[in-house]
Amino acid sequence: MSGLAVTVAFIRRHPMMVIGGVIVGTVSLVALLAPWLAPYDPTDINVKAILLPPSWQHWCGTDTLGRDVFSRMLYGARVSLAVGFVAVGIAMLIGILLGAMAGYGGRMADSLIMRWTDMVLCFPTFFLILAVIAFLKPSIWNIMIVIGLTSWMGVARLVRAEFLSLRQREFVLAARATGVPALRLIGRHLLPNAMGPILVSAILGVAGAVLVESGLSFLGLGVQPPNPSWGNILTEGKDNIQIAWWLSLYPGLAILVTVLGYNLLGEGLRDYFDPKMSNRR
Amino acid sequence: MRAFLIKRLLGMIPLLFGITVISFAMMHLAPGEPSVVGQELNPRISAQDVERLRSYYGLDKPLSEQYWSWLKRLVRFDFGNSFSADSRPVIDKISERLPVTLWINVLAILLILAVAIPIGVASAVHQDSWGDRIMTVLVFIGFAIPSFWLGLMLMIGLGVNLGWLPISGIHSYGWQHMGFWEQQRDLVRHLTMPVLVSAIGGLAGMSRFMRSGMLEVIRADFITTARAMGVPESSIRYRLALKNAMLPIITLLGLSIPGLIGGSVIIEQLFSVPGMGQLFYEAVLARDYPLIMGITVIGAVLTLLGNMLADVAYAWADPRIRHGGKA
Repeated sequence: MSGLAVTVAFIRRHPMMVIGGVIVGTVSLVALLAPWLAPYDPTDINVKAILLPPSWQHWCGTDTLGRDVFSRMLYGARVSLAVGFVAVGIAMLIGILLGAMAGYGGRMADSLIMRWTDMVLCFPTFFLILAVIAFLKPSIWNIMIVIGLTSWMGVARLVRAEFLSLRQREFVLAARATGVPALRLIGRHLLPNAMGPILVSAILGVAGAVLVESGLSFLGLGVQPPNPSWGNILTEGKDNIQIAWWLSLYPGLAILVTVLGYNLLGEGLRDYFDPKMSNRR
Repeated sequence: MRAFLIKRLLGMIPLLFGITVISFAMMHLAPGEPSVVGQELNPRISAQDVERLRSYYGLDKPLSEQYWSWLKRLVRFDFGNSFSADSRPVIDKISERLPVTLWINVLAILLILAVAIPIGVASAVHQDSWGDRIMTVLVFIGFAIPSFWLGLMLMIGLGVNLGWLPISGIHSYGWQHMGFWEQQRDLVRHLTMPVLVSAIGGLAGMSRFMRSGMLEVIRADFITTARAMGVPESSIRYRLALKNAMLPIITLLGLSIPGLIGGSVIIEQLFSVPGMGQLFYEAVLARDYPLIMGITVIGAVLTLLGNMLADVAYAWADPRIRHGGKA
């Protein structure tokens, strides 16, 4: 088969993954290249161009200070993705550590950690995030940390479940019998074998974090103006809902497409790693 | 069944205790102070007066002592008084705001069930049909759509452009002078958009779960057996299969409660609904400790009760658990 035929076959077999991958790639590229792509400075105030509807000069219109919404959205992509990646990184770190301890550390550690996890799951997490951010003064770093600290539970449960089933497998038993130390066993044998589901939940986690960040920014507790973020452009959209629909429409579409992309990529990868599950979802 | 209930109720106590300890500690350890004692409201306040206010609100005592006295009052259902200027009892403030939040969430849950279950069943029964594919796409969009943005779009479309529905608050101007039925109609019109927006995420998740649950059950041996014995297809689908596929839905419903409660903050802020979410938002900005703790406790209790209710319903629906066997 030629290269092209192989590619076409792959796309036909994994359409979700490919579409998701393309969206994720495009959004990431846009975020990286924002300074070169943006037609205007995202914080440049222009009193002669206040609340202009979309036109060839301003693709997505302008806001109450005459700033170009399209340029602000390009920079907003940076914020959203940065928050998504760092928050998920933190959540993964905590989740993998706790999950590994619960899944490999014996009964005592297992029941302690899982009790703790169940308790945090009962928390109205968004309340907690809101309270902490409001107290610590909103900043992009605080958001990343707080979202990370409140979204590790799923990963912890997942890693624990994987470890519990992996540790009974023959290759692990064999490794243990030959005296491979626990840490090395976890790092070299257990974790790599659990990587597929972990990766999937990380990708889906980015989607969740992007949504939470936009919600916080919308409430005024996220990224602070004049720095642009999708959520805080929407706040302006709400304040001017009677006169400027473009402030509400475009940033929301950006969030929708980005989150959709990550979800598709995540679900697609899940099917790819575990094809027998695919027709159940 | 009674033993099961009592065990679950008792099990809630340590969880609730843990949640309050964590919230209390985090709230007090975070830098900064409630705005009543701070200098933001009154820059000319003297250091002595700040001290006086701090001791008035009991903020000068060690943290453990503050927590203990809060807990002692909580046991008698006394949530203390709000730090805000009106210093009304927290319980009064919450009970004013709770009903509208509960209404929105309960209606949202009912809407989710009423729409998601038929969709999920139909998608599973007609798997890979065009309808199923379209639903799959819609479900993915439903997962990804920020609820407050959907709210904004509805406000622009149905509210600003078409003028069909009001875009903020829960009552029209002059509500007190309306007749009873007119008042109800007004309330329904105001709650339509908040309920729709609250339901959207759950709608997507639930119909997806229903579909996969149904697909799994349809392939089970007992369904094949029933079919072989000549049970009509419609009662296989809607009586045998549906009942079994409903089980995971119950659990999912319980798990979705924290999300709904948390989502109230954004939705109530968006539609200016005077509910618990809005109250919490205001309390957090003012660092009104007793009010924040009160709402956290109520939110946690609602979550735990919801989870318990889900477990009870699960036990009721699943004879293996009901009769004390191991599932």
